[in-house]
Amino acid sequence: MIINTPDPAASETISPETVGLKTIKTDLTIIGAGMTGMAAALFATNRKISTTLVGHHSAMNFASGIMDLMGVHPPGRQHDNPWKAIDQVRRDLPDHPFSKIGNSIIEGSLEELSEFLKDKLAYQRSRGKNVTIVTSVGTLKKTYMIPQTMWNGVTALEQKAPTLIIDFFGMKLFSARQIATSLEHQWPGIRSKTVEFPRSELLEELHPEHVARSLDLLTNRIELADRIRPFVGDAQYIGLPALVGMYRSAEAVAELQRCLERPIFEIPTPPISVPGIRLQEAMINGLEADENFHSHSTMATGIIEVPGRGFVTTIKGNNGNQTIESKTVLLATGRFLGKGLVASRMGIKEALMNLHVEQPESRQEWHRASLFDPKGHPVNRAGIRTDSKFRPLNILGGAVMDNLYAAGSILAGSDWMRMKCGSGVAVATALAAVRAIKGGNGYKMRPCFI
Amino acid sequence: MEAEVLIIGGGATGTGIARDLALRGIPSLLVEKGDINSGASGRNHGLLHSGARYVANDPGSARECMEEGTILRQTAPQCIDRCGGLFVAIKGDGENYVADFPNLCMGAGIVATAISPEEAKEMEPLLSRDLIAAFRVNDGAIDPFMLSLENMAHARALGAQILSHTRVVAFDRENHTIRRVWLERTNTGERFSMEPRQIINATGAWAGKVAALAGSTTHVLFSKGTLLVTQSRMTQGVINRLRPPSDADILVPGGTVSILGTTSVRVDDPDTIRPSVAETDLIVQQGAKMIPILETTRYIRAYSGVRPLVSQDWETDDDRKVSRGFVLLDHESDGLDNFTTITGGKLTTFRLMAEKTVDLVAARVGNKAACTTKTELLPTTLDGKWTEPGIAPSVWFAKPAGKKDRIVCECEMISASTIDTIAQTLEQNNETPDLLTIGRRSRLGKGPCQGAFCSTRVLAHMYNKKTLTSPDGIDDIKAFLDERWKGQQAIFWGDQLVQAELTEAMHCGLFDLELAKPRRAHP
Repeated sequence: MIINTPDPAASETISPETVGLKTIKTDLTIIGAGMTGMAAALFATNRKISTTLVGHHSAMNFASGIMDLMGVHPPGRQHDNPWKAIDQVRRDLPDHPFSKIGNSIIEGSLEELSEFLKDKLAYQRSRGKNVTIVTSVGTLKKTYMIPQTMWNGVTALEQKAPTLIIDFFGMKLFSARQIATSLEHQWPGIRSKTVEFPRSELLEELHPEHVARSLDLLTNRIELADRIRPFVGDAQYIGLPALVGMYRSAEAVAELQRCLERPIFEIPTPPISVPGIRLQEAMINGLEADENFHSHSTMATGIIEVPGRGFVTTIKGNNGNQTIESKTVLLATGRFLGKGLVASRMGIKEALMNLHVEQPESRQEWHRASLFDPKGHPVNRAGIRTDSKFRPLNILGGAVMDNLYAAGSILAGSDWMRMKCGSGVAVATALAAVRAIKGGNGYKMRPCFI
Repeated sequence: MEAEVLIIGGGATGTGIARDLALRGIPSLLVEKGDINSGASGRNHGLLHSGARYVANDPGSARECMEEGTILRQTAPQCIDRCGGLFVAIKGDGENYVADFPNLCMGAGIVATAISPEEAKEMEPLLSRDLIAAFRVNDGAIDPFMLSLENMAHARALGAQILSHTRVVAFDRENHTIRRVWLERTNTGERFSMEPRQIINATGAWAGKVAALAGSTTHVLFSKGTLLVTQSRMTQGVINRLRPPSDADILVPGGTVSILGTTSVRVDDPDTIRPSVAETDLIVQQGAKMIPILETTRYIRAYSGVRPLVSQDWETDDDRKVSRGFVLLDHESDGLDNFTTITGGKLTTFRLMAEKTVDLVAARVGNKAACTTKTELLPTTLDGKWTEPGIAPSVWFAKPAGKKDRIVCECEMISASTIDTIAQTLEQNNETPDLLTIGRRSRLGKGPCQGAFCSTRVLAHMYNKKTLTSPDGIDDIKAFLDERWKGQQAIFWGDQLVQAELTEAMHCGLFDLELAKPRRAHP
């Protein structure tokens, strides 16, 4: 799987400072290149903070690319208005990250992100309102901000318009017939068709990235449109798996719309997720235009605080370990999948600095008996507790260090999978932390109680 | 629906009885409230005991195991991995037990060959350095799913019938005879009745409950045993701890994995058991004494079974001291002349249990044919084939050049056409080819991903093939993933917790399956 291929259109030069073994100096080191880390890097560079982002550029392979803000609270209760849901969360859950920040930061963070992505990978939202999309297993999902290339699906579903869902022979995690069969009782005008993807006749199976990259090329789009055209009939919309282009998805969707004379929309797929990869590439490539930004697609292996030098972060480089010195560190290392948290039989630990992790008393309480228990699993609310500036707290409730911050899914108190607030918490806490960093009083030492 | 004999319970014993009856020319119907091997037959070590484990406490069982093991190796070789086994003692284990062991084995006719700890380490390099004694024994591993599926397939070929998802709800008793049996389809709630001449209660841990419906009191103790499955196979053969039977002292290879267990915990209800965190901790700690790497290895599953124990001595505080021998009750003391209960025992002795039961029932119906299961080979059919690790990938590799056949379960290498074959077999047997049922007939969902991806791929494939034409797929995938979840909850740490997070991120975070309203009620 190759996902780090740079955009052929973007030319980049590697600056000598980032090569070799010497120590890199920066104001802010962000650990983790998922949604939180990338958003934080954007907000920091927008505020002229020199920033180094450490984390594999494959962090978003498992992200769907759609952005929830807040959808469900209390358990099982879905909301159309995310702000009302957030108000309710603040009343009921003082430990939820949204209880530490106001709506202006949340909305501001999404606006700043959308503005940045506008000409790179456009996203759309209906302000103050969750929208409903179709997923690849045929369920309906409420979410907040979605790639522009998925937006026509919201309208098609609202209108229950005659719609054709397309998939390709050889795909394994997406069945157009499954979607249509699962939804036809509430959406009579939905139907499905499987077509042969151009030049895939000899392939035993079709890989998502292969399809996406193929559709970056004009000839393949035209050929695909020719194969879909005979089945369009009375369909007013056409839905496709979210594989329509890797770097040029907007262009690819527009091209198919032109050829087929129908609005096209993409449907999110299970991982490996092309919209997640697109978002990663768009963010990193976009940020690299800023001279204040440096990025290392590797893992951080340790962070220590050295008097007089600030934080020294060790990373795995091509020629052995490298170190980064910075005044401030923002942990955006995620949960278990992101390796920010590590669970053993004995308990949950924070991986890099052994920070205090708020967690249930015993492993017995981590998970409920049924995967789909509407209350969710207590382990998913475990994580790092912070003060109102998003600085991690020690077991006694004091900030561990003045210039250490944490944001995103590693924070305690938020079950993003059940509350549908993953991207919202990631992006909003990233902005809150960066604003605290920007407004901070410079470098001060405090005794460390871990 | 008519049959001379009604068998209640589709575990190893029930299916073994169906085959034995069929071989003697007695028509039968087997009803099972769940699916084949839903009870203890599907929730054990899969160990074909040499018998050596029981030589001190239960020499009768030891000898039975030895004899039955020999028969099964000859008659059902396709179900057995003749991997051999070791008994090992480690520093601190009782030296008297070690000293008595060879004589006790000899007394029961069991071959146990003393080898040096160095030789043992050479055979099984992961064994502890603290070994003080080792013996080679003739243990084996047996695939209990293949065994029961093949027994049933053979019985059907000879005219027996089976209804899964069917439970007994009442018996109409007239003087000394049960005249009519009321049955219920668990999927639909539909009730019907039949009038068999003889009724066999082969319901294992549920034997007391079924006997109670017939007005008999049969005391069955429930002993829960929990087992853990490792991600890969740790040893070539079976490893037993050389000490009086205790917690977590057996590791059995199961194809590509190893199974470590068990515990023994008295429970009140066989229907609500599940592995606890305390049990898994105990199993890991104890197992690591024989094989230290068991402390850090990845576990992909935990499950519990209930041993039915029928005891004369109700005051014993250690269920392991209750005989592992079986109990055959003719219920004549209850005033019944056509009801038989067979329970207790263990997987290794299922054939003997079936033989003794059918001897009794055959005499009651006047059939004089002799039992032939000691020598009659168990035919290999498609029904049981796919439970064996390695079969699905080898079929896929062997496909003709140019034929497209995608792998849909990447952990266990099961291809789309294998799924089609299993679905067809199920449909031919009047069963619904849903994910759960396909999972019980194959290795689907049994690898490290525990169903997160293969469930989605198989469902997509079944819709594409029109095996599924209703919106029930969402219910199916939820039921399948929940079943996988129940078997992992106690071992969610390390990598398997990462896997759980990915599963939940995909199926709840993205698909919102927890919010999807069920279309049909699951039993």
